[in-house]
Amino acid sequence: MFKYDSLADLVAAANQSNEPLSKIVLREQAEAAETTEDALYAAMAKSLTVMRESVQEGLDPDKRSASGLTGGDAFKMMRAVEENRNICGKIFGTAMTKALAVSQTNACMGKIVAAPTAGSCGILPSALLTIAESRNISDHDLIMALFTASAVGMVIANNASIAGAQGGCQAECGAASAMAAAALVEVCGGTPQMCEHACAIALKNILGLVCDPVAGLVEIPCIKRNAAGVANAFVAAELALAGIESAIPADEVIIAMKKIGDAMSSTLKETAEGGLAVTPTGKKLCEKVFGCCQ
Amino acid sequence: MLQVFDIIGPVMIGPSSSHTAGAVRIGMYARSILGKEPVKAHIRFSGSFAKTYKGHGTDKAVIAGILGMDTDDARIRISMDIAKEKGLDFTFEEADIDGAHPNTAEITLTDAEGNTALVQGASIGGGNIIINKINNTVVEINGKSDTLVIPHRDVPGMIAVVTNVLADKGVNIHGFSLCRDHKGGTAVMTIEIDGDINESVQDAILENEHIFSCTILKAI
Repeated sequence: MFKYDSLADLVAAANQSNEPLSKIVLREQAEAAETTEDALYAAMAKSLTVMRESVQEGLDPDKRSASGLTGGDAFKMMRAVEENRNICGKIFGTAMTKALAVSQTNACMGKIVAAPTAGSCGILPSALLTIAESRNISDHDLIMALFTASAVGMVIANNASIAGAQGGCQAECGAASAMAAAALVEVCGGTPQMCEHACAIALKNILGLVCDPVAGLVEIPCIKRNAAGVANAFVAAELALAGIESAIPADEVIIAMKKIGDAMSSTLKETAEGGLAVTPTGKKLCEKVFGCCQ
Repeated sequence: MLQVFDIIGPVMIGPSSSHTAGAVRIGMYARSILGKEPVKAHIRFSGSFAKTYKGHGTDKAVIAGILGMDTDDARIRISMDIAKEKGLDFTFEEADIDGAHPNTAEITLTDAEGNTALVQGASIGGGNIIINKINNTVVEINGKSDTLVIPHRDVPGMIAVVTNVLADKGVNIHGFSLCRDHKGGTAVMTIEIDGDINESVQDAILENEHIFSCTILKAI
């Protein structure tokens, strides 16, 4: 049984049995839940299906969120990529398109898979579905990589938090980005150690990010932060796959994230009382939606 | 103990795992604890829930859960309309519940016969929840496994009565807690068990005159 309180321990266990992280996690989770690996795999396959559907739904150019504040951005990004107008290349453009799409679906009260949360639900699917297209990665490998991502999320949840109300956006988009980075490294053939470095790098890049949603809605700035989160996951995975190591081990970065979250003012933890939520425009938008500022 | 689907999951209607999906689950458990169709619901939101519930659809989500919907039910969007059709009278209040987790909802449900149940729960991230109060007693139910909730009279021997039934039926207990409102008053046992539990266990436990009710909260 794993306690999922240390990424270093998980990497050591994977190295010992000479297997990817996903395999040891799937085996252990099946044992812990007193079920079969096939049953868990099938359940995860369903999540991948919902993830794909949530991308499609979010590409609709006309769909607006219930508040009317957001909508249509994923379509704009998709068109830019299709017409070769985007400046960061096809993979980045596609990843951002998909991240915006899933996040948009969420804002419209559509069906998504929390990964690890709904506010950050665009990052992991966009990372995996984008790399799958560009490198012809099988659904099997994607589904397995979701187990690796889950393990990373569990370690973060156990040692810090995955709730914006407790740790700010770093806990949500940061965790999602670290999970996606590890998953990307694994499907691209990196070692468990590289997964660990990718997590550390992804999380380090997002430390301190506050949760300051305008009008308390999971829309502004959340949707665009999903695009930034997947870009960050690709940056971290790319660095780790090139053999670049994080000077600070992932487990220590997670503890740092926890301490930063504890030190953060409650006005910056999903209360809509600080940051972007209280800018003049943020307040105006809130009034537009609710008639008065909450 | 977390498992993979606490992280990749739930499959849910947006926009917030803590403020929408978690809220649905607190509502679902409140419904289970009442045990009958509620006709009245009063919901007190505390902390972040109080400040942002309208924006996150937390109000729609709690009502959906009280009506028995799951986190991926597309009708969450229109749950308040459905509640009105069904004749559920609901009210919301912004409160400051002392010492409560930032995402806390306290739900008081009433059935047609006037029985009430008060359930306080916290949404702790990623759709995961903890129920921390039932009526006047403190509990800690995380929904990771099937849980028996047994309010009973605070008299000697009640733990033995219940655990003997479970032993006879071959049910393994892995978590147990007990709390009472006052000496000789109402106590609540919460028992977390491995695997599934069937209704014959419930019936056997209810045979004892000091046991008020026995609710099985299915694992989330």
